Amino acid sequence: MSWILALPIAIPFVTAVIAFLLRTRRAGRWVSVIGTAVLLLSSAVLMATVLQEGVIAAQMGTWPAPFGITLVADYLSAVMVVITAITGFAVAIYALGDIEERSEYLGFHALYNVLLAGVCGAFLTGDLFNLYVWFEVMLISSFGLLILGGSKEQIDGGIKYVTLNLVSTIMFLSGIGLLYGMTGTLNLADLSLAVERVENQGLLTVVAMLFMIAFGIKSALFPLFFWLPAAYHTPSFSVSAVFAGLLTKVGVYALIRMFTLVFDHDIGFTHTILLWVAGFTMVTGVLGAAAQSDFRKVLSFHIVSQIGYMIMGLALFTPLAVLGAVFYLVHHIIVKANLFLVAGVAKRLTGSTELYTIGGLYKSAPLLAVLFIIPAFSLAGFPPLSGFWAKYVLVKAALDIGSWVIAGVALLVGLLTIYSMTKIWAEAFWKAHPDGFDPTPDRIDAGQRRALMLPIAFLATLTIIIGLFPQPFIAFAETSAAQLLDPTDYLRAVLAAPDPGPVTE
Amino acid sequence: MESLLAITIGVLVAGSVYLMLARNVLRFIFGLVLISNAANLTIFAGGRLTEGAPPLIAEGADAPAGLVANALPQALVLTAIVIGFGLFAFALVLVVRAYTELGTLNSDEMRVAEPKEGPAK
Repeated sequence: MSWILALPIAIPFVTAVIAFLLRTRRAGRWVSVIGTAVLLLSSAVLMATVLQEGVIAAQMGTWPAPFGITLVADYLSAVMVVITAITGFAVAIYALGDIEERSEYLGFHALYNVLLAGVCGAFLTGDLFNLYVWFEVMLISSFGLLILGGSKEQIDGGIKYVTLNLVSTIMFLSGIGLLYGMTGTLNLADLSLAVERVENQGLLTVVAMLFMIAFGIKSALFPLFFWLPAAYHTPSFSVSAVFAGLLTKVGVYALIRMFTLVFDHDIGFTHTILLWVAGFTMVTGVLGAAAQSDFRKVLSFHIVSQIGYMIMGLALFTPLAVLGAVFYLVHHIIVKANLFLVAGVAKRLTGSTELYTIGGLYKSAPLLAVLFIIPAFSLAGFPPLSGFWAKYVLVKAALDIGSWVIAGVALLVGLLTIYSMTKIWAEAFWKAHPDGFDPTPDRIDAGQRRALMLPIAFLATLTIIIGLFPQPFIAFAETSAAQLLDPTDYLRAVLAAPDPGPVTE
Repeated sequence: MESLLAITIGVLVAGSVYLMLARNVLRFIFGLVLISNAANLTIFAGGRLTEGAPPLIAEGADAPAGLVANALPQALVLTAIVIGFGLFAFALVLVVRAYTELGTLNSDEMRVAEPKEGPAK
């Protein structure tokens, strides 16, 4: 059993080592593609097992929980690992056409796979300190990827990204120390029981706030998101796409996990704060995007605004709302990564990402235009694409419990999202190129073009499939939400035996 | 003992926040180094302090006799120190690169990735 849970972490690490050894040869880049394909396979096995047996857990080193490190996969973890593998695979193929030899020599593929290992580890671990370690694995490889190439812009964005993320790390670490001091355990399942025994529940809320700030920085919540638009438009497009798809979502995942499993003692307080934060995150993100004129900067601000929707689902804390948050999470990763990939091709064809200086893509590259429209409309929430169902569920959840304001904000932000997407469409695709230049796809040689377009088409197809056949995905998210709100299965899988009583020190 | 440690942590945090409020990025990093040590001490204190009782198990026994120091926070702190060391080494090199590439350590003047727009200066 345990190997099913450990493989999604082990495979990228092995791939990273091989890719690093082969970094001077052409084979190195294929190692990354094969490695992520195997990761996809193993994540599918994990998903199948979870679908069959419910929540599964494995104790590493056979130390029984809560003393050893536990790996757990419930529905949410499993789907996040699958989606990580899908994005990882798509971007690995894209990287074949996007990453320069010099970056490959400097270890792009190794760093990339370590990043995937960190992300999978964060999704699968059932131990708080272990979660910190995976965050660090992810962070250090993302630092490397962000400044790989070493242009001025990258160094500049990198400074802001690195320093603010380190602050978040330290908050997280202090939170762990204080929580351990109060409860005497680090195992998430055990923590969920132990927090009820804490005498001073007010202090627990203080620690909860530390975690909220730490994960809030990671997931780019208002008012802690400034590092994101400062950095995400600087690295190569492959890196941007995988960052946009996965990194902030690990923060969102951690928030969902901690604020359903552990910190559900004072929902009236913590989740009200989350709801306010969610509203402001949506609005500031979308307004920030409206003010930008760079393809990637617009998209970066939209990451912020979309994170708000997921947090809104968590904050409303009804089964339907959490369902919406899970669904949104999955839909968003695919769509957002895809938009950044499209931006990369647009840059290759037209030579820039500055919207006012490019154009003519619709006429010269109609296929790319169609493949842009799909994720863009999905992001804005057009039926019948995946984003429509995600938004529909969330807004319905808000209306069901009479949270009119947040429902209104969510709808308004959806409208403003259309404005930004239309701007990109009008400037980059619809209008003629200002210099009368013809950005035909022939400007990229055929091999590279395939590597660039295939992943985009693949992710767009997924978006359409989720949009046209939402029922199985919604049902899946429903079970996942039920597991999150009632962690009995999770606790049973991890602790196996009934709770042994207070851990004495 | 605990209050002494608490005061130490407080002083460390105060000093580091002061440093981190500076515009100079290098000072900011130094502040981060200080505050990460404060976080490590917090974890250490979270495990409760015991004086002069190493967590050693006598040969043949299954558990230590009497009250001994909690070994887990020490292991956590050790891990955190190692990870922190790596991150700060990276951050410092990044600052050096920033200084050579951008010619400044003042975070207000680092506007390459986010240039000011329009006539509003």
